[in-house]
Amino acid sequence: MAIWIEKSECIGCESCLEACPVGAISMRDGLAFIEERCTSCGACVESCAQGAINSDASAGDADISEFKDVWVVAETMHGNVRSCTMEILGCGRALADALGQRLCVVLAGKGVSSQTEAMAENGADVVYLLENNRLEEGRMLPHARAISDAIRERKPAVVLFAATPFGREMAPRVSRRLGVGLTADCTGLDIDPETKNLLQTRPAWGGNLMATIISPDTRPQMSTVRPGVMKALPPEPGRKAEIMHLKVNIRPEDQRLDILKLKKESYKHVNLTDARIIVSGGHGVGSKEGFGLLEELAGLLGAEVAGTRIAVEEGWLTPDRQVGQTGKSVCPELYIACGISGAIQHSAGMLGSKTIVAINTDPAAPIFAIADFAINEDLFKVIPELIDALKVRGDEK
Amino acid sequence: MAQLDIKVLIKQVPNTAEVKIDPHTGTLMREGMESIINPDDLHAIEAALRLRDAHGGKVTAISMGPPQAVDVLREALGMGADECFLLTDRAFAGADTLATSYTLGKCIQRLGRFDLVIAGHQAIDGDTAQIGPQVAEFLDVPQVIRAITLEIKDNELLAERTAEECTEVVKCPLPALVTVTKEANDPRYLFIPLLMAAFEAEAPVKVWGSKDIGADEASTGLKGSPTKVQRTFTPSHKKKIEKLTGAPADMARTLVDRLRERRVL
Repeated sequence: MAIWIEKSECIGCESCLEACPVGAISMRDGLAFIEERCTSCGACVESCAQGAINSDASAGDADISEFKDVWVVAETMHGNVRSCTMEILGCGRALADALGQRLCVVLAGKGVSSQTEAMAENGADVVYLLENNRLEEGRMLPHARAISDAIRERKPAVVLFAATPFGREMAPRVSRRLGVGLTADCTGLDIDPETKNLLQTRPAWGGNLMATIISPDTRPQMSTVRPGVMKALPPEPGRKAEIMHLKVNIRPEDQRLDILKLKKESYKHVNLTDARIIVSGGHGVGSKEGFGLLEELAGLLGAEVAGTRIAVEEGWLTPDRQVGQTGKSVCPELYIACGISGAIQHSAGMLGSKTIVAINTDPAAPIFAIADFAINEDLFKVIPELIDALKVRGDEK
Repeated sequence: MAQLDIKVLIKQVPNTAEVKIDPHTGTLMREGMESIINPDDLHAIEAALRLRDAHGGKVTAISMGPPQAVDVLREALGMGADECFLLTDRAFAGADTLATSYTLGKCIQRLGRFDLVIAGHQAIDGDTAQIGPQVAEFLDVPQVIRAITLEIKDNELLAERTAEECTEVVKCPLPALVTVTKEANDPRYLFIPLLMAAFEAEAPVKVWGSKDIGADEASTGLKGSPTKVQRTFTPSHKKKIEKLTGAPADMARTLVDRLRERRVL
């Protein structure tokens, strides 16, 4: 693959100079010139409004053997790397070992270098540091720029993002920019022992089916990974990683979106994802008043109240409490499903729960197939007894 | 300012609430499956119509899909959209999100100037939520994902959107792309005279193929899709289930005991 300038087309505007992540374009006799250190990454091609930069690469025929290493794009919150990144590192470690390649973390942000040690202790061989004042948390376009440029420059085989709101906003932009595939919200990742392709498994058709997706002809292979599914490795104190600083080149067009303010007070944050116990209700709860009973139980257990799409659509619950395919994905220690039939749209969001209790009057409800404890009885008879039992046992203690 | 030009991206999806899996083959039973307009897209149409009604302008609904996807475009007309484009071509079939975003993006470019592209946050069949950001990238415009309020002022978009711990008030210049969630609005009902007009021969529904949008066929459909489905299988959830029996009070006591044994409580 090669990059060259069509001299008759070049107008000497210099807009390609900044686009090059390795600084391989200079001006000679008023025209752009590609120097030897060009890595043929193609980053400059789209920067030229004249179409004067040519590349013989197309997505299909890039030499995929050039692409090596497994990358995890770290996500930070309030300056600390999030637990979902640690989980993906755990999974990424296994993928890197299966490929016989390195596990690298891309740590992009403002003052994030304090996090490198934790990355090494959680399995990373290499930490690519992308530090820039414009890479504030939540600023998607600058992050997409820094990460796309780093991928073009270093050519990883696999890039994994967290399927958080931020990751799911940024990864598609990176994939479109690079012209490569992206598999959303993966719950399983493996390396095919023969082809070495990344096997990306995700729920499809509303969770009724699981699909394994591959991107056999393009690199990198990119996925967003559902938080709460993969397991982080136990940290290995003193484990070291190679630290590399990469150049960050944020452009004016990456700053087109302004965040004017954050409104916390108006939006009571319900942290279902981190809840240890969830009391959840569906159609069988029947009313907003019915949810009052669930709230009473939740209060005793120190639990959060959640529900199905129906419960939200009926107005019994606010949308931020919806669990399932179109709501949140949760994995608490205990999930008490009350009057929930267990349609796959709901169960897709709570299958990761460690212990599931199902209370339902319909003995054929699919929820019973995934429950640890099945109570085939009216929830309005059982829950008051449960509340009493908890109160009594509580007093005995 | 000039009249607003708003494109709305909509998708026809199977009603996944009714999806049935053949227990023997583990494959999807498509027979008799109902097709609906993707739920989030109704909110996208509503958001577009409200902005048009406030500022004046035009709402164009665009959908890529098989010929029968014209139904969802007629629904958009029934709600009040001004015109529709159905992108249908054998060359578009089998598209993943990258190829779909290319096709939608090419159509928007072909239609010329626009101020805003609005799409539903995610589709219930794929749940990828990737099309919005990928189309935004293709068009090289900023994006506001998961918007719950939209306002246009001095050629700028002001929006509130849900983030993880709060909502964010954001601002960006037009043109821009927005995706909306169910919290954004309550979609209006179909207006029957408009819906009936959408079935007339002169209804503003155009059907475009690959050539009409100037697409490179290597970038559309199956050919333009880097991701391939290698296999599908039914999820298995094997667990040991304990059925609790007796009077409600007995079941409640047993449950509390079991949960304590497991140290869950």
